[in-house]
Amino acid sequence: MKKSTNNLKEPFVRIVKRDNISISKIVIIYAVAIVFGLLLCGVICTLFSDKGIGEFFESLFNGAIGSERKIWLLLQDTSLLLGTSIALLPAFKMKFWNLGGNGQILVGCLSAIACMFYLGGKVADSVLIPIMLVASVLSGAVWAVIPAIFRAKFNTNESLFTLMMNYIAQGLVSFCITIWVKTGSGVLPPIAYGNVPEIGNKYLLPIILFTLITVLMYIYLKYSKHGYEISVVGESINTAKYVGIKVNKVIIRTMVLSGAIAGLVGFVLAGSINHTVSTASANNMGFTGIMATWLAAFNPIIIALTSFFISFISKGMMDVRKTFMFTNDAISNIVVGVIYFIVIVCSFFISYKLVFRKKEKEDNQK
Amino acid sequence: MKNFKKIIAVVLALVMITATFAACGGNESKEPAGDKIKVALICLHGDASTYDKNFIDAFKEACANKGLTEDDYTIVTDIPEDTACYDQAADLAETCDLIFADSFGHESYMIQAAKEFPEVEFCHATGTMAHTENLPNFHNAFANIYEGRFLAGVAAGMKLVELYGDAEGKVSDENAKIGYVGAHPYAEVISGYTSFYLGAKYVVENVTMEVRYTNSWYDEAAEKTTALALIDNGCKLISQHADSMGAPTACEEKNIPNVSYNGTTEASCPNTYVIASRINWAPYFEYIIDCVMNDKAIDTDWTGTLETGSVEIVSIGAAAAEGTKEKLEEVTAKIKDGSLKIFDCATFTVEGKPLTSYMADVDSDAAFAPDTEVVETVNGITFFNESAKRSAPYFNIIIDGITAVTE
Repeated sequence: MKKSTNNLKEPFVRIVKRDNISISKIVIIYAVAIVFGLLLCGVICTLFSDKGIGEFFESLFNGAIGSERKIWLLLQDTSLLLGTSIALLPAFKMKFWNLGGNGQILVGCLSAIACMFYLGGKVADSVLIPIMLVASVLSGAVWAVIPAIFRAKFNTNESLFTLMMNYIAQGLVSFCITIWVKTGSGVLPPIAYGNVPEIGNKYLLPIILFTLITVLMYIYLKYSKHGYEISVVGESINTAKYVGIKVNKVIIRTMVLSGAIAGLVGFVLAGSINHTVSTASANNMGFTGIMATWLAAFNPIIIALTSFFISFISKGMMDVRKTFMFTNDAISNIVVGVIYFIVIVCSFFISYKLVFRKKEKEDNQK
Repeated sequence: MKNFKKIIAVVLALVMITATFAACGGNESKEPAGDKIKVALICLHGDASTYDKNFIDAFKEACANKGLTEDDYTIVTDIPEDTACYDQAADLAETCDLIFADSFGHESYMIQAAKEFPEVEFCHATGTMAHTENLPNFHNAFANIYEGRFLAGVAAGMKLVELYGDAEGKVSDENAKIGYVGAHPYAEVISGYTSFYLGAKYVVENVTMEVRYTNSWYDEAAEKTTALALIDNGCKLISQHADSMGAPTACEEKNIPNVSYNGTTEASCPNTYVIASRINWAPYFEYIIDCVMNDKAIDTDWTGTLETGSVEIVSIGAAAAEGTKEKLEEVTAKIKDGSLKIFDCATFTVEGKPLTSYMADVDSDAAFAPDTEVVETVNGITFFNESAKRSAPYFNIIIDGITAVTE
């Protein structure tokens, strides 16, 4: 045994899975990574400007939580991203790579706006808003279930399919705007009908709604039979088949749920926040949401934290750009990328550790 | 507890006193040299977009000319045309005296913010609603860019003559075809390409133009493929009304002359850049900064012209025809003295007939109903009076010689 190890050249470094790591250690690793990432970003920003690192942190925090309005906006953005991530969560847990969040949100928006456009003023808002809600949720679900059916029946690649559905949704939005806006400006002004009434203030509705949905999703995934089936299908389709789970049914059912929640995000964007739609309405949350979901290791409660972190950074960077006189998003995109990279790298080091080859000396001693 | 109340009282008293002094101080310094003010610019995209770069450069220039430093102005980029614009404007309104937004779709949200912050001035480029909205602190602005487009068209016509003209300067029908990449079938775009076309027609009588839309204000890939499609379709020169480098790059690849917009693209396209027209926003920015500094009212609807320096021809490129500079000076003089009207009804026809009357949709309403007669006769010239009833263009007629492909 000993002989054979001596003959084999041991690699300089090996990757070994960590067995268990305490939660406090995880928190510390993440905290260190975030602080280090932010410092590095601050340094990068100062390289491109005559401003200092102090100003970087000042504007970062000022942009995210500098005033009451900013705090509310941060919470609102967090809740929307949380909603999107929660929509993606069951699909990802099932290892169904739903890259179509943007499209599902967008058709949700579009359906709500279509109701506002055609029915606004003709029926009372109290009737219109429920119609919008149903239309958004349904259309989101339909947009998600089409790739799911193709995957279930014909085993098509769901990543490409959902991705392409995004472009169809964008095309559909452009097409509708071209028809609706007679001047041809390509900009749909906000519609005064079917605006969801404020509760408390105008930011609170999505915050309450998506917090509630997060809790429900947590319960659904953890305690319901459906949730169990999703995780079995995610682990191994063959196992799922063996224990008698109807895999195709689970895929389709889960994608209906996923799309419906994305459609709900679209409804909130259209009915409660923007009252209009454009091809950029989804604000790329369909992809940012994937990051929030992965970083949180598919835990709905942690997703709330990662969504908050991502929203915090993007809000904060808006002000950094103002202070540092960056008139395009190139540098801030680099910086945000660097932070995410560092955080993702550190999530790797939480699951794995590097083992270096022991020094020659020790070998000789042996 | 008693002590606590006392402390609070003292602190409050101190705050009041400081505030009073601060207020007095402010008033004192306001009189002589004009108060230091804070201004902000909201842009749809960043400086990678030729459209926004044009605003950003002009804004910095105007601020520098008015003695405002980086501490006094803020530029916010990549603000979408939805509630995010309102949120941004409202946030800026807490510290700024003047806020300007550069994109058409920002208008509703600027109005929303203007209603909430009556003490802050809100200005908006390309908008149409200020003259009917009647808010004292919301203003629209645009410029007679059709004059610049016409001049650019003249340069385009001269380039065609240089490339394909025979001994008498005539160009065959086949070679007298130019292409235009439009953003949306919107009045601002239609007005722009029609004046460009009329400029080319001023030099080459038999010129025809094919227009294709990208249905987006900013889509580099679509603008490039559209330009390439036009070139494949036999267009000998390309111009565009879209905000990216898409069309100029396509022209440089195919070695087809390009008439640019918003600013020179000569650095990236040295072999094919002919000329560019642009709106120079610096005069307007300086005007509104002046107004706010001196507590004067800002025009509800401001239209820049060649006279105000708002409409410009930017550097004539190496690819331009010989004598372009002299010819443009001659035409500019005619436009300035009023002897040449861009939309002179004698120079074009609509469905084979001259235009004698046109009701334009000047006042925005949900039904887009035409409401104002805009064909007028001054000094014996009957012309379509563009940008006179409101700053944003309203010429939206497809005239003969132009084929617009709506996709």
